[in-house]
Amino acid sequence: MTLGILTIAGLTLHEAARRRILTAAFVCGAAFLALYATGAHFMARDFARHETSLIERHMFMTFLTLAGLYAVNFLTVMTAVLLPVDTLSGEIASGVMQTLVSKPIRRAEIVLGKWLAHVVLIAAYLTLMAGGVLTIAQVIGSGIPPHVTIGIPLMLLEGTVLVTLSIAGGTRLSTVTNGVFVFGLYGLAFIGSWVEQIGTLAGNDTARYVGTIASLIMPTEAMWQLAAHHMQPAIMRDLAATPFSPASVPSPAMVVWAAAYAAVALLVAVLSFRKRGL
Amino acid sequence: MTEFVIETRGLRKEFGSKTAVAGLSLSVGRGEVFGFLGPNGAGKTTSLKMLLGLVEPTAGAGTVLGAPIGDRTARAKVGFLPEHFRFHDWLSGRELLHFHGRLYGMKATEIRTRAEELLARVDLQDAAHRPLREYSKGMLQRAGLAQALMNHPALVFLDEPTSGLDPIGRLLVRDIIRELRAQGTSVFLNSHLLGEVEATCDRVVFVKQGVAIHELDLLGAPQTIAVELELGETGSETLAALERLGRGLEHARGVVRMQVDTEEVLPELARLVVERGVKLYRMSAKRKSLEQWFFEVMGEDQRPG
Repeated sequence: MTLGILTIAGLTLHEAARRRILTAAFVCGAAFLALYATGAHFMARDFARHETSLIERHMFMTFLTLAGLYAVNFLTVMTAVLLPVDTLSGEIASGVMQTLVSKPIRRAEIVLGKWLAHVVLIAAYLTLMAGGVLTIAQVIGSGIPPHVTIGIPLMLLEGTVLVTLSIAGGTRLSTVTNGVFVFGLYGLAFIGSWVEQIGTLAGNDTARYVGTIASLIMPTEAMWQLAAHHMQPAIMRDLAATPFSPASVPSPAMVVWAAAYAAVALLVAVLSFRKRGL
Repeated sequence: MTEFVIETRGLRKEFGSKTAVAGLSLSVGRGEVFGFLGPNGAGKTTSLKMLLGLVEPTAGAGTVLGAPIGDRTARAKVGFLPEHFRFHDWLSGRELLHFHGRLYGMKATEIRTRAEELLARVDLQDAAHRPLREYSKGMLQRAGLAQALMNHPALVFLDEPTSGLDPIGRLLVRDIIRELRAQGTSVFLNSHLLGEVEATCDRVVFVKQGVAIHELDLLGAPQTIAVELELGETGSETLAALERLGRGLEHARGVVRMQVDTEEVLPELARLVVERGVKLYRMSAKRKSLEQWFFEVMGEDQRPG
């Protein structure tokens, strides 16, 4: 079983490198980091010129770092959906899958191999991008936000949920339908999360419940909210000083839910592909 | 007793309300080159996909290399060339074979040796380093044929193997099929090119609306030969004697048409006519082609698929 998974994972990683998908992702990522570093540098210089208090300066620079991580989170979400969106559906449509499946390999190994490779790719992408933002933060003097060792894995869990859904959808849906479906679910979670935040601030329980239900249907945005909550100083969280300070902090149980959600989606992908006519 | 590499009983596939294969029962012997014939939409590709485990049958059962249809261990000894072979076009021809060798669980040294052997056999050695996206249709088909043979298969499924090939490529495929037969490999050939089938297959089965309706042994069984004799004045006794050597005799305007089972009968026909003093002006014999068989078996109601 392991050999088959590793063979397919190897082919998928090889494909990402050969088709210049990784190059494109990293060139765009590098452009983003360069832009971010330039902006952060000039803002830091501006702060140094004006007489701002140390706390004020620290809060602003933390906000800037969180804004960078928010952009990284968004880019990771896009990559996590788009990278694997045609890995199964595209190969089914082109007939490549017929040649693969006729070999002595389990269909589950094909799904798991592709899933593993894409999770590795997303993890590498997130590590490099988030690492870049944190390095820039360190260099310009705003310091590393607290609990990044909790925040970054939460962002990776969010990416893993999306990769898994994208692969599961590809077992039955065409590439475009699959992309629309997964982005639709992500949009649902995004809007749901805002409804929950606004509902909490307005003291509207119904709006809060709607948001919670949306997070249960799709726990991705809750992972970012939780990550953002952990990655800012307690004072900023308490003051709700940035747009990244959730009014309603997702429960830690939501992490278990998201992990279970990804596991079930992966199981569904394996079972669905096992029965798929090719 | 014949050992079968494929045996099916009432294999059926429905897609919603549409029946693609109504109940396919057939058997293919070890070492046999088997032709699977039928018009477009007859269920040939669906049948082949069921045998390979790509599509799950709605009903019926069968075995491939003695294991139930779809069995993974049996697939280790099976090769498959799809009708329009496609694979990741960023791989080179050599990488393609190496990858498929790994999927078959072959050892690295074995993969290297076998890949070079096959690249030479399908005449792709010069292009082995180039990505598949730079291959012509014919080169791609030959690369596909090579990947189907990586594991020294006991059974090879070839779905329209000469599709996109020029006459030289077709000849190469024909030679490879003959080599496979000589090595004792069974070949399941699905092709529209009846000439190719006639030249390579030992036996064919005609499929219509998902059912095997006729079987034809192209090797051992009697071959129908259509004979035409242009004779002078002929009595009924001579005609009766001629009919005893064949069947389906028709006589009109001095021309006798009949069918015989073997070429050995032809000299006897000529001797019989001459011995009875009947003038023989012309005699022709023509073997019934597979194409003629096809139209006869399929009936007159066939339309282009």
